[in-house]
Amino acid sequence: MTVVLSGTEIAGKLREKFPESIIDAKPQFILVKPESLLEIATFLKDAPEYKFNYLTSVTAVDYYDYFEAVYHLTSIDHNHSLVLKTRCAREKPVLPSVVRLWQAADLQEREIYDLLGITFEGHPNLKRIVLWEGFQGHPLRKDYLA
Amino acid sequence: MEVSKPRALVYSEAELDRAEGAVIENLKASAQQPIPDRDKWLDEELKKNVLLTTVDAAINWARRSSLWTTVCFPACCAFEFITTAGSRFDISRFGMEIIRASPRQADLMITAGTLTWKMAPNVKRIYDQMPEPKWVIAMGACAVSGGIFRSSYSVVPGYNRIIPVDVYVPGCPPRPENLLYGIRLLQKKIAKESLMKSSQA
Repeated sequence: MTVVLSGTEIAGKLREKFPESIIDAKPQFILVKPESLLEIATFLKDAPEYKFNYLTSVTAVDYYDYFEAVYHLTSIDHNHSLVLKTRCAREKPVLPSVVRLWQAADLQEREIYDLLGITFEGHPNLKRIVLWEGFQGHPLRKDYLA
Repeated sequence: MEVSKPRALVYSEAELDRAEGAVIENLKASAQQPIPDRDKWLDEELKKNVLLTTVDAAINWARRSSLWTTVCFPACCAFEFITTAGSRFDISRFGMEIIRASPRQADLMITAGTLTWKMAPNVKRIYDQMPEPKWVIAMGACAVSGGIFRSSYSVVPGYNRIIPVDVYVPGCPPRPENLLYGIRLLQKKIAKESLMKSSQA
């Protein structure tokens, strides 16, 4: 069974390396600033003691005031997992893409872009995936009227 | 425990044999001549080649008795259709055991499932590729009206928005008996068609 690592413990270690970039940490997750998401994700992927080499899923949630992207990381080598979160403003929905780290993010970031309208900077092929080109609006936003 | 006696035979074995022999003798005595052909009075050519019917009846019979289905199974009603095609409900009783992967060899489309607008052009294309004459059975609530997804932004509210539908089979999903009843209705509908009427139209 995969061991779920405590977010507070990991965040304590991350704070030594990346001060100022962690907003919140609970046992369930770590919330980081969007501008430092990529370097923290790179560190978590490459550091030998964590080695999160497998991205289980990327998803996003509309919390009315902001959007929150959720990254489920798993290490196949160590058999442990961690949840990483980041937020972006509703007025400027832009986040960095993690496709260059985990290829698995490709389709899922496109899905988030399609249904929630978050732009992932650095994505190689960011276009709609579920709906068709020319569709108006982003249906999973809370203010979308069907 | 006492063993009961075996039931006494009505006849002795010799009597049984004699009765059997009598049956055979009687049959042989009454079968000395071959039974004459009923159409013996017809001459040879006529006997093999003439069958009287109307063109409509013959063509409609052929069409409705070999409805070949094309593949249009976008969602869960497909499983009910597969059950219908399986041995328990056995769609082949109605001449439809051949589910064609190619629409060019099919004349019936059973639309088993929810259709999204993104998928709709492909279904329209499959329908257009089917040769005439062709029929459509809308199977299930989603195919009839969009079902529970009717108000969704991405679902086509009924196949009749994009292709003409002949028979509607409601249900979510319809049971195989339900679908078979729909097929029987379609066959009755085909039986009423006429070549003359369709050529005038």
